[in-house]
Amino acid sequence: MIKAILIFNNHGKPRLSKFYQPNSEDTQQQIIRGTFYLVSKRDENVCNFLEGRLLIGGSNNKLIYKHYAIELDILDLIHVFVETLDKCFKNVCELDLIFHVDKVHNILAEMVMGGMLLETNMNEIVTQIDTENKLEKSEAGLAEALLSAVKNTNLPEIPRNINIGDISIKLTNLPSFK
Amino acid sequence: MALKMVKGSIDRMFDKNLQDLVRGIRNHKEDEAKYISQCIDEIKQELKQDNIAVKANAVCKLTYLQMLGYDISWAAFNIIEVMSASKFTFKRIGYLAASQSFHEGTDVIMLTTNQIRKDLSSPSQYDTGVALTGLSCFVTPDLARDLANDIMTLMSHTKPYIRKKAVLIMYKVFLKYPESLRPAFPRLKEKLEDPDPGVQSAAVNVICELARRNPKNYLSLAPLFFKLMTSSTNNWVLIKIIKLFGALTPLEPRLGKKLIEPLTNLIHRPGVFAVLISLSSGMPNHSASIQLCVQKLRILIEDSDQNLKYLGLLAMSKILKTHPKSVQSHKDLILQCLDDKDESIRLRALDLLYGMVSKKNLMEIVKKLMTHVDKAEGTTYRDELLTKIIDICSQSNYQYITNFEWYISILVELTRLEGTRHGHLIAAQMLDVAIRVKAIRKFAVSQMSSLLDSAHLLASSTQRNGICEVLYAAAWICGEFSEHLQEPHHTLEAMLRPKVTTLPGHIQAVYVQNVVKLYASILQQKEQAGEAEGAQAVTQLMVDRLPQFVQSADLEVQERASCILQLVKHIQKLQAKDVPVAEEVSALFAGELNPVAPKAQKKVPVPEGLDLDAWINEPLSDSESEDERPRAVFHEEEQRRPKHRPSEADEEELARRREARKQEQANNPFYIKSSPSPQKRYQDTPGVEHIPVVQIDLSVPLKVPGLPMSDQYVKLEEERRHQQKLEKDKRRKKRKEKEKKGKRRHGSLPTESDEDIAPAQQVDIVTEEMPENALPSDEDDKDPNDPYRALDIDLDKPLADSEKLPIQKHRNAETSKSPEKEDVPVAEKKSKKPKKKEKKHKEKGRDKEKKKEKEKKAADLDFWLSTTPPPAPAPAPAPVPSTEEVGVNAVTASKDECEDTKTEAQGEEDDAEGQEQDKKSPKPRKKKHKKEKEERTKGKKKSKKQPPGSEEAAGEAAQEPVQNGAPEEEPLPPESSYSLLAENSYIKMTCDVRGSLQEDSQVTVAIVLENRSSSVLKGMELSVLDSLNARMARPQGSSVHDGVPVPFQLPPGVSNEAQFVFTIQSIVMAQKLKGTLSFIAKNDEGATQEKLDFRLHFSCSSYLITTPCYSDAFAKLLESGDLSMSSVKVDGIRMSFQNLLAKICFHHHFSVVERVDSCASMYSRSIQGHHVCLLVKKGENSVSVDGKCSDSTLLSNLLEEMKATLAKC
Repeated sequence: MIKAILIFNNHGKPRLSKFYQPNSEDTQQQIIRGTFYLVSKRDENVCNFLEGRLLIGGSNNKLIYKHYAIELDILDLIHVFVETLDKCFKNVCELDLIFHVDKVHNILAEMVMGGMLLETNMNEIVTQIDTENKLEKSEAGLAEALLSAVKNTNLPEIPRNINIGDISIKLTNLPSFK
Repeated sequence: MALKMVKGSIDRMFDKNLQDLVRGIRNHKEDEAKYISQCIDEIKQELKQDNIAVKANAVCKLTYLQMLGYDISWAAFNIIEVMSASKFTFKRIGYLAASQSFHEGTDVIMLTTNQIRKDLSSPSQYDTGVALTGLSCFVTPDLARDLANDIMTLMSHTKPYIRKKAVLIMYKVFLKYPESLRPAFPRLKEKLEDPDPGVQSAAVNVICELARRNPKNYLSLAPLFFKLMTSSTNNWVLIKIIKLFGALTPLEPRLGKKLIEPLTNLIHRPGVFAVLISLSSGMPNHSASIQLCVQKLRILIEDSDQNLKYLGLLAMSKILKTHPKSVQSHKDLILQCLDDKDESIRLRALDLLYGMVSKKNLMEIVKKLMTHVDKAEGTTYRDELLTKIIDICSQSNYQYITNFEWYISILVELTRLEGTRHGHLIAAQMLDVAIRVKAIRKFAVSQMSSLLDSAHLLASSTQRNGICEVLYAAAWICGEFSEHLQEPHHTLEAMLRPKVTTLPGHIQAVYVQNVVKLYASILQQKEQAGEAEGAQAVTQLMVDRLPQFVQSADLEVQERASCILQLVKHIQKLQAKDVPVAEEVSALFAGELNPVAPKAQKKVPVPEGLDLDAWINEPLSDSESEDERPRAVFHEEEQRRPKHRPSEADEEELARRREARKQEQANNPFYIKSSPSPQKRYQDTPGVEHIPVVQIDLSVPLKVPGLPMSDQYVKLEEERRHQQKLEKDKRRKKRKEKEKKGKRRHGSLPTESDEDIAPAQQVDIVTEEMPENALPSDEDDKDPNDPYRALDIDLDKPLADSEKLPIQKHRNAETSKSPEKEDVPVAEKKSKKPKKKEKKHKEKGRDKEKKKEKEKKAADLDFWLSTTPPPAPAPAPAPVPSTEEVGVNAVTASKDECEDTKTEAQGEEDDAEGQEQDKKSPKPRKKKHKKEKEERTKGKKKSKKQPPGSEEAAGEAAQEPVQNGAPEEEPLPPESSYSLLAENSYIKMTCDVRGSLQEDSQVTVAIVLENRSSSVLKGMELSVLDSLNARMARPQGSSVHDGVPVPFQLPPGVSNEAQFVFTIQSIVMAQKLKGTLSFIAKNDEGATQEKLDFRLHFSCSSYLITTPCYSDAFAKLLESGDLSMSSVKVDGIRMSFQNLLAKICFHHHFSVVERVDSCASMYSRSIQGHHVCLLVKKGENSVSVDGKCSDSTLLSNLLEEMKATLAKC
């Protein structure tokens, strides 16, 4: 059974954490840090498996990771997950994960449920996600749309605060407000 | 209202959404914590607002903060609010937050039950889906119990999207509520053949996960999985199935044979690495395929891709467990992997080595490992190496060690490791070997004394857990076996050096104790040699040096030292008077020490009247010296203390007991001898003296400069083996000459086998002591908290009524099955957990059928297994035997088939037995001997089917199954608790009223609506006129006069069930409520509004809930005297007592507590907690029911109802 799925960047910042076993927030953070510590120490050309360390909660656990940057089935799963993210976000990048954790969670929920594999067919996953998004949009209705438009017109003060990394993303969004 | 909404929207404009929060956190890198606490305050404000959108937004942000490590449990209630939002958008946010933060300890989780149930039956598949996903993360035993039935219903949902989720979540439900496994299993099994691949794969997933833990219960599914394996193209599914077969093949060897072909085909498939890897665990015992598999794995391991390498090694280790020989030939490859730069791979290789050692290669492998120890960077890996070396050498009672001197030297070499955490491990090994291998003591003592002598260990003793632990062992061994010391005086001095006082306390304590032992033996020597001065000098040394220990801060050390110092001073006085003291001093330490089995302490029976949990004295405050104690590794030492030296008499007694025990063990077939080590041969000889010890030629210096000592032994050993071999050859030649043409067994063996290597020393491994009658068993190794143990359930047994799943409220059955069918596993009436007694009782009458069914199942499997592997993918179990070797069971099962088949099958079975002789032409023979076989069949039936003493089996041999004990009894016709409510040309309503324990004073009315017309019925609404006493639960916000919508439509001919909840004030009287069902009937011609009136009848029985009760609790209840009594009698009853009771159980929700002849006690409980006890007695043609209940009105009403039921019998 899958015990947890974690995504973090090269600096150890968690971008997604999904635990399928009850852990306190502290243990979760410890596991996240421990995992990052272990993975970051590993060389480039080594295998993607790490076995039972205290840092990741004991000897029965196995850590399977992939740098995005493969037990093969889980590696494949990571691959499918990333590809699905890619499809849903159109060329996924870290910023997508940063700002849309909820969406990432929703995608993950269609793949793994309670620590068990639910679906590995990417098209199936994407179809479900699309339908769910449509449903969400239809629920939002006109009022919400207006609201979000109004809200986004508040933008002028925002660019001051965002750092260079974000600009590329934001700029692509701006034209739609003209 | 509208204004409020606008206001809410405007407010929202200024709220941060998730993106804003993330952005904000990124912009406050300096004071992130402060910023976040500010945000949390805002969120708290937002949560106070009425607008659900605002709340959802807040909860969404909280989910993000949770990921960053912030506790959000305080918002649990708000999360539930958002979960119950009607919009999917919000619902999803709520469930996500719940799945991230809820756990079993979350107290508000019980509030979610009804919400989740509602979402599960929602018409939108996404609502259902999101609820399932969320639930999978936070399901608790309570939720599992309450929702199991709802989820089970969803397993047959029309949408595969829901089906697969429902199937998958069942695994979680089983874990939390194991009772649900049996009722749900048939449907789960069905899903293995679901048309949708996703659902199928989910079912495979769940069953494989279950079977992995308790494979034996799933053996009967083998044919089904076999079919799936040969037909499925989904690699994920294949991997799972093969893993499952891996668990099954050890239980059923015939399965392996069957699997060879399909598995071999799979291996040949190009590029299916994952399959290959999982294959290795499921490989049948077939050497060719194993070879093939191992070869393919070798290719993987040699691959440059590190992942494949890792997986190859992983798979190898699985094969190693079953076929060590085939892996051993790849030793070179695995040793190579030890050089890999990747730690994961090296660890995997190490693991493999553990299983690969033999007597022949142990030294070589360990030598290789030792070089790695030297090279290893990083203490973790080095420690891992160290433990592995010790594991490898000590495995199965030192089975592979032929030369213990070598092993001791290895241990000594390992002590040179700096900074290892495993000093105590090495120490434990030294102690163990020195105590248990008597022949090695001399050598061990010499090594240990040089260890004590060498200062390099002391230098690094600052690390508490470090290698200095070995000094503990060294000191003890030198002291205990001081008679073997070459220069005891020298060692004594080494142990009394001032530097010793820098060692950890527990080591110093051992030093002090053993210094005295050493001292005693020196005294002995000196006095025997007549060197009185020498003896006095030693005493003086003791008196001089011991004070340094007396000053120790460690209590243990100080206490021992001061005690001993006084003793030595006393001795000194005696010596001054020229009194010989050596005898008496040595008497302090007389007696032999025996190793005690680790579990021995546990196995000592507690004497009667001794309460180990009771305080002897009230506990004092914690003593600080606790943590200074040595760890449990040194149990030998600790356990010795209370025992101390057994007296001479004890020794004899012990020997006698040991002998008796050995005798008993030898005769006991269940006693597993600890290991088949050849050393054990010697343990039966009475003592060390009789062991012919081979003197080792120590003329070879033990230390060669530049070469670690242990290497010496490798060379020595090679020479020795060579010598042995030569001798053997010589002997053989002689024999050969003698026998000339006689049988030669060893004739052409090029290499000597493992067993031929005799150990260098005549070692005797002393068996560990155990208390009398205690057997070393593994049962206490099992973890009683293992969640999977509860799932070890026989799945082939038919379901008992009491096992059905509890049902509550809104159930939305999608299948069009009619609920009247009682044999459907979906339970209809009973709730609560099964009770053994009751179950037993109920099942009594069905024992026969059950047995038959079980046999049938086994037979199916036997039959399937026995067919020879077909060329094409194997067929599912076919009813007609077609090939040879049909199991006996198959015949018993197919009894109901025609006579011909039976005899033929039997005949074939006979053929199978005689297969050896005439395998060539079974068919002609069969025809020829048919008559004869028929006769044999009869005889065989008797002999095989009738185990001696089994009358049941005899009964079974008869043609019709006879009901046990009551042949005249008719089984009850299938009954339904649903009664007709109302009907017209459009629709028929039947209903059942059930109480629920969860909600106080609530009952659930399940109404089955059956569309009898050709129109589609929609817009159904149920309105009920509430009374003072009974009210219908309506959705929030609706008024008393509003109807409650039925959550589905009915196409023509379809029936479905809707559930409605009613709150009842007083339950002591029956109730009637008027109501109307209104609906729109729509067909091609148009739609009409229709309605149907009905009267709901709540009987008093419907307020009762079947609750099991044990007889002792029942007796207590009756004795309590709080219950009022009443009774009824009904005449003219012809029904059997058994059926009568069944009727009462069924219609009035009672459970049988006890039954004696024609008298039974029954129990039930009302939703408001009234106890109802019944005593039912059957006379000739009458039944009398005496009842006791905490409410007399309720009781009399109940009895009236019961009377009506009984009158119909």
